[in-house]
Amino acid sequence: MTLTRRGPLPGGAPYDVTVVGAGVVGSAIARELSRLPLRIALIDACDDVGNGTSKANTAILHTGFDAVPGSLESRLVRDGQRLLAAYAADTGIPVEPVGALLVAWNEEQLAALPGLADKAVRNGYRSARILPAHEVRAREPELGPGVLGALDVPDESLICPWTTTLAYATQAVRAGVDLHLNCPVRSVAPGEPHTLATGRGPLRTRHLVNAAGLYADEIDRFLGHTDFTVTPRRGQLIVFDELARGLVRHILLPVPDARGKGVLVTPTVYGNVMLGPTAEDLDDRTATGSTADGLALLREKGRRILPALLDEEVTAVYAGLRAATGQDDYAVRAHPAQRYVTVGGIRSTGLTASMAIAAHVVGLLAEAGLPLTGARDPEPVRMPNLGEAFPRPYRDAAMIAADPEYGRIVCHCERVTRGEIRDALAATVPPASPDGLRRRTRARGGRCQGFHCGAAVRALFEEARP
Amino acid sequence: MTPVNRTDAHADVLVVGAGPAGLALAARLARAGAGRVEVLEREPEPGGMPRHLHHGGFGRAPLPWLRGPAYARRWARAAAAAGAAVRTGVTATGWAGPLRLETTSPAGLERITARAVVLATGARERPRSARLVPGSRPPGVLTTGELFRSVHEYGLPIGRRAVVVGAEPVARHAAATLRQAGTDVVAMVTEQPRAAAVPGIPVLTATTVGELHGRGRLTGVAVRHRDGRTGLLACDTVVFTGDWIPDHELARRGGIPLDPGTRGPCVDAAFRTAAPGVFAVGNALHGIESAATAVGEGEAAAASVLAHLAGAPWPEAGPPLHVRAPLLWVTPHRITGIARRPLLLRSAEAVTAPVVTAAQDGRTLWRRRFPVPASPSRSLRLPPHWTARVDHAGGPVVLALG
Ligand SMILES: Cc1cc2nc3c(=O)[nH]c(=O)nc-3n(C[C@H](O)[C@H](O)[C@H](O)COP(=O)(O)OP(=O)(O)OC[C@H]3O[C@@H](n4cnc5c(N)ncnc54)[C@H](O)[C@@H]3O)c2cc1C
Ligand SMILES: Cc1cc2nc3c(=O)[nH]c(=O)nc-3n(C[C@H](O)[C@H](O)[C@H](O)COP(=O)(O)OP(=O)(O)OC[C@H]3O[C@@H](n4cnc5c(N)ncnc54)[C@H](O)[C@@H]3O)c2cc1C
Repeated sequence: MTLTRRGPLPGGAPYDVTVVGAGVVGSAIARELSRLPLRIALIDACDDVGNGTSKANTAILHTGFDAVPGSLESRLVRDGQRLLAAYAADTGIPVEPVGALLVAWNEEQLAALPGLADKAVRNGYRSARILPAHEVRAREPELGPGVLGALDVPDESLICPWTTTLAYATQAVRAGVDLHLNCPVRSVAPGEPHTLATGRGPLRTRHLVNAAGLYADEIDRFLGHTDFTVTPRRGQLIVFDELARGLVRHILLPVPDARGKGVLVTPTVYGNVMLGPTAEDLDDRTATGSTADGLALLREKGRRILPALLDEEVTAVYAGLRAATGQDDYAVRAHPAQRYVTVGGIRSTGLTASMAIAAHVVGLLAEAGLPLTGARDPEPVRMPNLGEAFPRPYRDAAMIAADPEYGRIVCHCERVTRGEIRDALAATVPPASPDGLRRRTRARGGRCQGFHCGAAVRALFEEARP
Repeated sequence: MTPVNRTDAHADVLVVGAGPAGLALAARLARAGAGRVEVLEREPEPGGMPRHLHHGGFGRAPLPWLRGPAYARRWARAAAAAGAAVRTGVTATGWAGPLRLETTSPAGLERITARAVVLATGARERPRSARLVPGSRPPGVLTTGELFRSVHEYGLPIGRRAVVVGAEPVARHAAATLRQAGTDVVAMVTEQPRAAAVPGIPVLTATTVGELHGRGRLTGVAVRHRDGRTGLLACDTVVFTGDWIPDHELARRGGIPLDPGTRGPCVDAAFRTAAPGVFAVGNALHGIESAATAVGEGEAAAASVLAHLAGAPWPEAGPPLHVRAPLLWVTPHRITGIARRPLLLRSAEAVTAPVVTAAQDGRTLWRRRFPVPASPSRSLRLPPHWTARVDHAGGPVVLALG
């Protein structure tokens, strides 16, 4: 098992395939490739996997009911949802099938519901139906006044985005993929093999997969392709404390209307409630900060949807950047002559579609000559559960009896035990920062944001630092 | 879900939280022969917040002032000596019934049934996120609670240049702790128009924190003065101080109504919540007050708990106490009998020589000019005697300035 975070990259024969970008998409591709008896590398500029857009989204496992019918995205989201739901069940990634309601607040939105129901059918999704106002209110008693109706999409689910990426990467590394972090690709000399100039020295590879998210167009240009440009579209989000969870039962999605797309209110698998995202087109691909205007806008919209939510404590505010390209579909392009595949424009559904994207990409690589012989199923992994709806160590008598460290709560707001923190620090893909530890355990992620446990958690992290 | 195996246990009084309030209460009760008095503390040591406060200033005149850790130990010893069982490393995680708490500890899961439950869970500061301070999310953003523990308990490095948000006593302690840790304090920033000077540190009044900058590490804090001027304070650390909120999670999970002003459980003057048999004391009621106040509340609540154990009926809720702006909150929140301890009243604004009136149904019950200013960081203590004049069948009692 190889994971490196510093020093020159290992030399030796070129890799058969290198995946640039260890977000949810690149990690899924690496996992899919790890079935093959080949030399595979997964590399990322960051110190951790899933540290780009993949850590900052609304964490919904979509049905794809509202995709553009006939698009690649439509197909991959639909397939991806099925694949990931099954994988999550096997792997211990928390998923909660709470269902979504697209709530209509004005006549225009109400009038749009039949069209959306119809579009769902064209996307192969047949369970959506329109609910009258009284039924919506009965299902969501805390909704603000003025609800006219809703489209019920019962199969939209909540998922843990952090565990998903980590599970893919863990499985890939255990199956022999080399994971190199802190390894930015600065340029590519195309050839046979290609030579990537990275911050940690050259890396040679026969096939190349570009899953660089917001920077996919930059990598593309190194290989002479200019068919799209990424325009980051920022989404700011406000996360409310677990004590708000009782206010909402479904994912409350907006109905798009002439004034644009509204915001959603959704529970999370951690038991929080999330409000957002904004949609702001920017030039800066590093602008993951929140803004006073953005937060004010979210609060104003949130107050309309779920008035009581605004009285609850906020535990986190963050922003993610969607890799928009100005095109209405994913920008997945194969360049067989270059043994090169671009996986660009994975805008707002990449978490859901990740496994289907991976399978699609491996197919494209095969068309460029990658041998798919000798494939075997990867060893299953079992990930620690971060979901509230599933057993957690602090309330599992058997676990505590077997190992009392699972009864020693360190992070009190999120009820994270020392046993879980110890396990995360010793895992196949350990965290490189306290934030990384939070994404693996929830430690320090609650309402006090470290007032009580921050020092203890940081001390445990520092102790384990290699 | 897996079946949960919990051990059943019993206590006469179950106190959640071994801070000064819970320990003082437990000591009194145990001494008074209240039966099995058990104090649950989720931290590895008893004592609460003072464990982490290494400055002097704890205690009650005429005793010599103690440092926090010594004060914490004193109350832990007092409770144990009186016969209370102080159990550390045990977290009360929720309710299994009206007077039945679920706990987690390395020894396993319990379900403890008591005749009385006291919430003495303390308070926390609102972190940056809850204050909706925009910007990036770099490391280097702390609360006072994290700062104290990082420096005193774990000896962790903090940073080189820090900005302290707030200028109240807690903020001054934060600044002192930063300096002790070798961190320069670049400035203290407060929205208040006035603040006490702090030697060697610029205090920026009437100033709000606009935005945090930096990725990988904090690089600066954008500030805005009320007059429109803006600036950027270069720093690698920012400590958000004050803005306390009671740790009310257990109360809420138990369906116990909160006061919208304090965000702590609603209590009457005998520290009774709306749930029969459940009491609340200390910072869990109102955010930060002195440790002596927390202790005083704990000791005063002992009499009410004893009365409840002796079979006194849980009273009907009396008239609520309301406050009018700029007043923020008052404790207690209801008048069911005559209050024996001062009422605590907090204002959102500084007011010199405030005149406080209490009225019910248009009738003035009490009125007084205070020589000390009303302040957002310190409560006015109202003498309790006038609560005898409250009509228990009447409307809300309204506290107002002027
Ligand atoms: C606000 C918001 C809400 C969303 N909600 C959902 C949702 O509910 N459901 C859903 O399915 N999807 C959702 N998405 C979309 C989803 O998050 C993305 O589609 C997905 O995370 C994209 O993954 P990725 O791996 O392509 O990109 P990223 O996670 O950004 O990964 C790209 C990686 O490439 C690395 N990289 C870039 N350049 C280089 C280089 N030169 N050298 C080395 N490494 C490099 C980066 O460091 C990064 O780690 C949402 C997105 C946003 C912004
Ligand atoms: C920076 C600072 C400086 C201060 N300086 C002074 C000073 O100089 N003089 C002074 O008199 N006062 C001072 N104080 C105030 C003093 O610390 C508090 O008033 C006092 O600690 C309040 O006591 P408490 O028992 O209500 O709460 P806490 O001391 O906060 O204790 C609450 C306890 O409950 C425990 N707990 C919470 N939930 C659970 C649960 N579910 N299960 C088990 N246990 C739980 C907590 O771990 C904690 O130990 C200062 C406070 C601060 C923050």
